[in-house]
This record gives sequence, C-alpha cells and structure tokens, in this order.
Amino acid sequence: MSAVSNSPVIERGTSASRISAIAVVVIIALLAVAPHFLSAGAVDRMTALFIYVILAAMWNALAGFGGLVSVGQQVFFGLGAYFAIRLADAGLNPFASLFVSAIIVGAISWPMSLFMLRLKNGEFAIGMWVIAALTHLLVNLDRLVQGETGTSLISLNVYDAGARRATIYWLALASMTALLAILFGLLRGSTGAAIRAIRDNEDAAASVGVRVTGTKRLLFVLAAFGIGIAGALWLATSITFQPKTYFNVQWTAYMIFMVLVGGIGTFEGAILGALLFFLIETWFGGTGVWYLIGLGATAVLFSLFLPRGLWGTLEERFGLRLLPVGYRVRLPANATDGDTASTLQQATTQREKA
Amino acid sequence: MSNQIVQGILLGGYYALIACGLSFMFSVMRIINLAHGSLAVFSAYALWWLASQFHISPFVGLLIVLPLMAAIGWALQRFLLERSARGGALLPILTTFGLAIVIDNALFEQFGADTRSLAPYIGSLSYDSWEWPGSINVGKLAVIMFAAAVILLGGLQLFLTRTRLGRSIRATSEDPDTAGLVGVDARRANALAAAIAMVTVGLAGAFLGMRATFDPYTGAPQLLFAFEAAVIGGAGSLWGTLIGGIVLALAQTLGAQIHPQGFLIGGHVAFLIVLFIRLSTSGLGLRGLLRLPARKAS
Repeated sequence: MSAVSNSPVIERGTSASRISAIAVVVIIALLAVAPHFLSAGAVDRMTALFIYVILAAMWNALAGFGGLVSVGQQVFFGLGAYFAIRLADAGLNPFASLFVSAIIVGAISWPMSLFMLRLKNGEFAIGMWVIAALTHLLVNLDRLVQGETGTSLISLNVYDAGARRATIYWLALASMTALLAILFGLLRGSTGAAIRAIRDNEDAAASVGVRVTGTKRLLFVLAAFGIGIAGALWLATSITFQPKTYFNVQWTAYMIFMVLVGGIGTFEGAILGALLFFLIETWFGGTGVWYLIGLGATAVLFSLFLPRGLWGTLEERFGLRLLPVGYRVRLPANATDGDTASTLQQATTQREKA
Repeated sequence: MSNQIVQGILLGGYYALIACGLSFMFSVMRIINLAHGSLAVFSAYALWWLASQFHISPFVGLLIVLPLMAAIGWALQRFLLERSARGGALLPILTTFGLAIVIDNALFEQFGADTRSLAPYIGSLSYDSWEWPGSINVGKLAVIMFAAAVILLGGLQLFLTRTRLGRSIRATSEDPDTAGLVGVDARRANALAAAIAMVTVGLAGAFLGMRATFDPYTGAPQLLFAFEAAVIGGAGSLWGTLIGGIVLALAQTLGAQIHPQGFLIGGHVAFLIVLFIRLSTSGLGLRGLLRLPARKAS
C-alpha cells in the first residue's frame, strides 16, 4: 500500500456538495425569472421569504458562528427602515436609499461593537435589547416619524405597482444571494477557520493567535448591515413605517426560531429554518396568538432537546454537507494495519462540524 | 424638585424589588432569565384574577400566588434551566427567551389586550398619601413598596449569610463541584435559589399591578428595568440593587423633566453611561460587579 493512499485527505467538498453548488445556481436563475410567472401575491410572499433568509443567516452568523446571542437585533431592522425613510425624504431615489441606509446601519454598528462586545453572554443579549429600546424611543422623537403614528415611503408611489413589486423582489433576491455569498466566502476562507475556532472555544482560539475581538466585530457589523438591508426591504414592501412594528422584539424572536429549528452554527441550517418558518407562517400565521405561542414553545423544545437543530442533527447522522464551509479530515478507510476500527472512529470524531 | 427626588427614590424601591430576583439568579446560576419580566406580569395577572373573580384582596392573594411562584421557580430550574445550562452559556438565553414569548402570548390569549390594574382592589391605599415637611406628598403605597424592598433585601442577605440553606446556595454559586464534595446538593441548592428568586418576582409583580397598569406585553420593559438596576447597582451585595434601582428611577425622573418623552430614555441613558464607565475602568460587566469568580468552562 502506497504512502499516498494512507495519508489523511483534507476534504473541502463532497460529490453531493458539487451537485448542490450547481443546484444553487439553477435555483437562483429560476427565482430570478419567477416574477414573470407568479401572481402578485406570490411575488410578495417570495420577497418576504428572501428577507427571512437574510434575517436567519445574519443572526446565525452572529450567534452560531460568533457566539454572540443578541435579543436586540431589531435595532438594525428598525434603523434600516428608518434611515431609508430619512434618505428618501431628503430626496434620494427610494431604491438607492434602501442600500445607502444599510451602509449607514453598518457604519453605526462599528462604534457600537467597540462597546457592546465587551459584554458576555446574557449581558450582551439583553444589553442589545436595551440599545434597541433606546433607539426606538429616540427614533420616535423624530418629527418626520411622528411618534408611533409613523410615516410612509411615499416616494415609492411614483412607480407603477407591478414594476415596483418586481423590482423589490429582485432587489431582495440579489441582496439575499450577495449576503449569503459573502458569508459563505467568509466562512470558507481563512477568517472562517478563525470564526469556527472562536465558536468552539474562545479562549483556546485566542491562545493560538486568533484575533477574537476583530473577528467578532466583523460578524457583528456584517449582521447589522444585513439586517439593515432586511429592514429597508421590508419597508419597501409594506411602504408604511411604524416604529413599534419595526423595533419589535418579535423580529429577533423570528430570527431565533429560524436558526434554532434549522440548526445553529450551520450555514445550511439557517436557510432551512427560514424556509420552515415561511411555511409555518403561511399555514398558521392566521391563528394569531396561538401561532406565536407555538413558535415560542418550539424554540424552547429545540433548545432543550435538539440544540443542534434539524440540519445539525441530519448532518451529524448522515455526514450530509451540501454547502460545506469547513474542512474535514478523512483518513483512508482501507488501512490494513490492525487498527482499522480505531482509524474509522477517528475519522468520525474528526469530522468537521461546520 | 425635592418632591420629585423623593418620588424617584421611592420608585427605586420597585426597581430594586424586580431586580433582586434577576441578580440573585445570575449570581447563583450564571443565568439571566429573559422570562423574568413576563413571570412578574404573570404574578400580577394571577392576583388580578383572584381579586376580580373571587374578591380576594391582592395582599391575601399573595398567600396563594407566592407559593405558586416558588413552585414555578423550582420547576423552571429542574425542567428547563438545568437541562439547557448543560448545553453551554448561550442556550439558557434562548430557552428563557422562548419561554417569555410563550408566557406573554398565553396571557394575551387568556386575558386579552386590555390593560389591567390591581389598584381598584386595594381600596384607598392606591391614592392615600402622607404629607411630609416641605409640602412633599408621599403615597402610602410607594412607602410600603420601598419598605418591602428593604425588608426583602435585608431578609435575603440574612438568609444567605446566617442559615445553612443560604450558605449551601452561596457555596454552590462559588463552585458547584467543590460544594458537592462537602455534601451540598447543588441541584437542590439551585432549585431552591430559583424558587426564592421567583417569590421575589411574584412580589414585584404584585407591586407592579398596584402602582401601575399592566398588559400581557408589559414583561419586556420590566426585564429591562430589572437588568438595568442590577447592573447599575451591582456592587456585590444585594444592597447594591437598591442603589441601582434608585439611580435608575432618579435618571428617569430627570429624563422626564428634560423632555415629556424622556422618562424611559433617561433610564436607558443612565444605564449605558454607568456601563460605559464600568467597562472602561475595570473591563468587567455584571460578572465582575457581582464579585463572583467566573465558572470555569468545562
């Protein structure tokens, strides 16, 4: 037996992942032409789905990969919408203002991170909630917003309803694709190794020279930017801006639900969670308060009994990886030197979690 | 102005009441219970239900509700927190947040969106007041609330330092494994601590209902008040909570003086300023303030 076949192989993809890469391209292409075939209502729903995927992926980036659980992410959602309103009011094209707004949100999150990232676990979680509550109150003071009465993105009304709907759909699809691609690239690149090292053990990561704070800050700002886009896009679809709706902690509850059910700390899990949330909302959203009780209860049950979520569990059981961001060391299974069993065992234990 | 300061200090008693359970649970179990405020509102609803359905005065109702809250705390620790704490420091945040959503919406389902108050069931106490020198009117309820906070904090302090059970809780909070070696049942100590914390939450809920109105979604702001007071005051002893509550209330009073909508803003800003000073001087948040060593990651 040659030495080459006996040495461990570092695997960055599987045949399934290569097929799924092609599938992703096909799906995006199909989604891009879909508005020509879908009804107006369906286009709106799909836009909502894209926004959910953004929210789930961004919250997962922060909590699942950065180890930063925030219950105040609605602050970025609300600010994304608020700055879009402000910029449009100042005369900027409404579609452009959606993205400029997200950049402003990202820029604001930078100094915020200097301060907030020094808090740990629960303190960070609830500290972010305080920030969200304070920001909500401050936005209410803006005369343009008129307190809880709110205002609307009137300048969008100059566009024809059909064209507007399709444009927002494409913007949402493009934002989702771009944000997922950025996150995927980040996780698969050298930063990704640092991110997963921090997720698994922050102190150990720091001891081998991982820039813990810098990496966390990157995720914090990315999440703020992404959720800012989501908030601005939500404003574009619903036109009206009521601070209470946008700065509602419910948005974070949705993010937590999607990521917990889908699989915290897995790239595919957040997308799966968003899809499931979308379906549950479509079927049960009409039941109002019971629907919310169900969401909360499901989140509790998953955190207690299936903390890795659906995707995390599937991945663990079947070694299934469609969009692999990590490294997996595979030892040759045909080793004949007596300790095949232990080698195999090692191969399983060394399986990369992400 | 001195009138407002007195009112602010007395309101601080309420914040200390709601905060002491949160900071107590955090110092023992290292868990920030995000359902804290919702459980206080639950207690207020339980008292309201007893009062409106069976004409039981809220003060008598406490005899029923506080044991119930203790049982809830015990069950919460045994069935939810204990299990989720094993999954790391982040899972309990998610578990208790999910629980808060369930409680809030279940209350909404049961009692609707109307705001309620316990004030109609406590007779003239809700508006009676004493006149203090300098034409300062202080509400009797506010004084009772402040006194309750002082008694509760003092009682907890005595319980933790003078009794066997209290010492076992402190030992568990310092180091559960070593406490186990000397015969302290850590699970029991934690469940007991959760039960005690929930009794304080029940009491805070009662005063919330008596001094103001509440609705099913009042829990979230109460959680924020509790957290802010605990962090502002968190000087290691339970008395810090009282100071934190008073500072928070005074900042809100000051905020309301500056701007009609400044009440809540004042409190949040004061919290952030204190946090900023603490973080830039010691680099430590709540954990350092409670002067308890961080539990080693295992």
